[in-house]
Amino acid sequence: MRFIIQQTLNALQLGSVYALIALGYTMVYGILRMINFAHGDIFMVSTYLGFFVASFLLGWALHLPMAVIFVLTLLLAMFGTSLLAVFIERVAYKPLRQAPRISAVITALGVGLFLENFTLATIGPEPRILPQVVPVINFNIGGVAVSSIQILILAISALVMFILDTIVRRTMTGMAMRAISFDKTVVPLMGIPVDRIISITFALGSSMAAVGGVLYGIAYMMDPYMGIRIGWWAFISAVVGGIGNIRGAMIGGYILGFVEIFVAAFLPSTYRDFVAFALLLLLLVFKPTGILGMPVVEQKV
Amino acid sequence: MMTPDAPLLSVQDLVVSYGNIKALRGISFEVHEGEIVTLIGANGAGKSTTLRAISGLIPIEDGRIIFDGKDLRAYPPHRIVELGISHAPEGRGIFGTLTVMENLKLATYARRDKDEIQKDYRRVFDLFPRLEERKNQIAGTLSGGEQQMLAVGRALMTRGRLMLLDEPSMGLAPILVQEIFRVLQEINQAGTTILLVEQNAHMALQVASRGYVLETGSITVQGTTQALTKDPKVKEAYLGG
Repeated sequence: MRFIIQQTLNALQLGSVYALIALGYTMVYGILRMINFAHGDIFMVSTYLGFFVASFLLGWALHLPMAVIFVLTLLLAMFGTSLLAVFIERVAYKPLRQAPRISAVITALGVGLFLENFTLATIGPEPRILPQVVPVINFNIGGVAVSSIQILILAISALVMFILDTIVRRTMTGMAMRAISFDKTVVPLMGIPVDRIISITFALGSSMAAVGGVLYGIAYMMDPYMGIRIGWWAFISAVVGGIGNIRGAMIGGYILGFVEIFVAAFLPSTYRDFVAFALLLLLLVFKPTGILGMPVVEQKV
Repeated sequence: MMTPDAPLLSVQDLVVSYGNIKALRGISFEVHEGEIVTLIGANGAGKSTTLRAISGLIPIEDGRIIFDGKDLRAYPPHRIVELGISHAPEGRGIFGTLTVMENLKLATYARRDKDEIQKDYRRVFDLFPRLEERKNQIAGTLSGGEQQMLAVGRALMTRGRLMLLDEPSMGLAPILVQEIFRVLQEINQAGTTILLVEQNAHMALQVASRGYVLETGSITVQGTTQALTKDPKVKEAYLGG
């Protein structure tokens, strides 16, 4: 029983990261009907951004309290990653909006490869860990080991996902995003600048990935290739949840976290990807639109 | 700025193509402040294309569209709304996954006049009490007539001086068509200029003061609605003889 609870905690921790990244895939798909395959690498860049911001702030002789450094790291990583994602959309995807969808997808793959190799060339392949910005305190609750990092990851993920969900449901921008997702052609007639909403979507989605990136960096090692592996799992999370659906992406992220941790706990770790993808295929056979997904209605061009 | 008798909207030699197909072959018409003007014509004559070109949704190949003294070609579609053109598009175009209220709210995206927005909600709900009853309902579950009311209500919420209406009678039972047209007249009397595109020439000619007949991308007949209703060609082609 303790083992199960322990693994559940680990699954929630990893699932939080997958959910945060999955949001970016699902939001961009929702309004552009495009899979942004560079998103995993944007997540990777955000982790490195967090690494440099935290290193810089710690090296700075101001002796800021750790909590301040952590919050600043998070915010600056979110900001920097948003700028990068909005820039990528402007220069790489926007010119292709009228082109066949495959062009944008291939471009996204190219952008991802660029980010990966750029990181590899400039920073190097060696794995790194975020400098310690969170005091590590280990609690033992009835034989289950819980660390302050684990609690922080779960709490911050839940908080930012709640904020995002509220933005999408309650604000004018969120309504505009949902309207674009339903029928992009009519949105300008409401006086809404569609391009600006698309930029905000990229900014929000990549900020979520950056939260995931910094949280990932305080718990696991980072390397330039992590964007591919983590990105794939997050993408599958979005598909499992029902791509285009925000709450679906959150649920999907936690499901994939559970699959990964529990498969690795009970089966040889080489089975992990095999079982996860087999489950995904099975789900898609019975529910092709994912758990919360709606049948895709093709938009009028 | 405008001279007193300059038209609110002036379309001059407008040409629009879809690929190699000319949808509009140089049409010209005017709408004056306070008027209801109708464009009638068969399916595929270019009526919706005309409205879409005015709203900036499709590129203009040649000609000019002047609204309130401004050449609309210089503005992106969302800015054209801010200049004062509301557009209830073909097929209603409501956002089916949003609630009725959210649909109306979105139409105020560019507006900053909070008090006036509240008055306009009141006005829309007074014109269409059904929308108020259903304001928290998902818009996709509304009946066709209610969706049309929402489309008109949404156009009202952008508060244009000119309202473009694309086939508000489409797919509606005669009694609902009567209802919608009654409201359109009310909206017009309250000061909104209307450009109405219709296949239902009967109704359109009843409420409008002037009309233009569009046939395969060209205007073939124009005049006051009185004259049009008596025109033998219009009678035969659009009013059932």
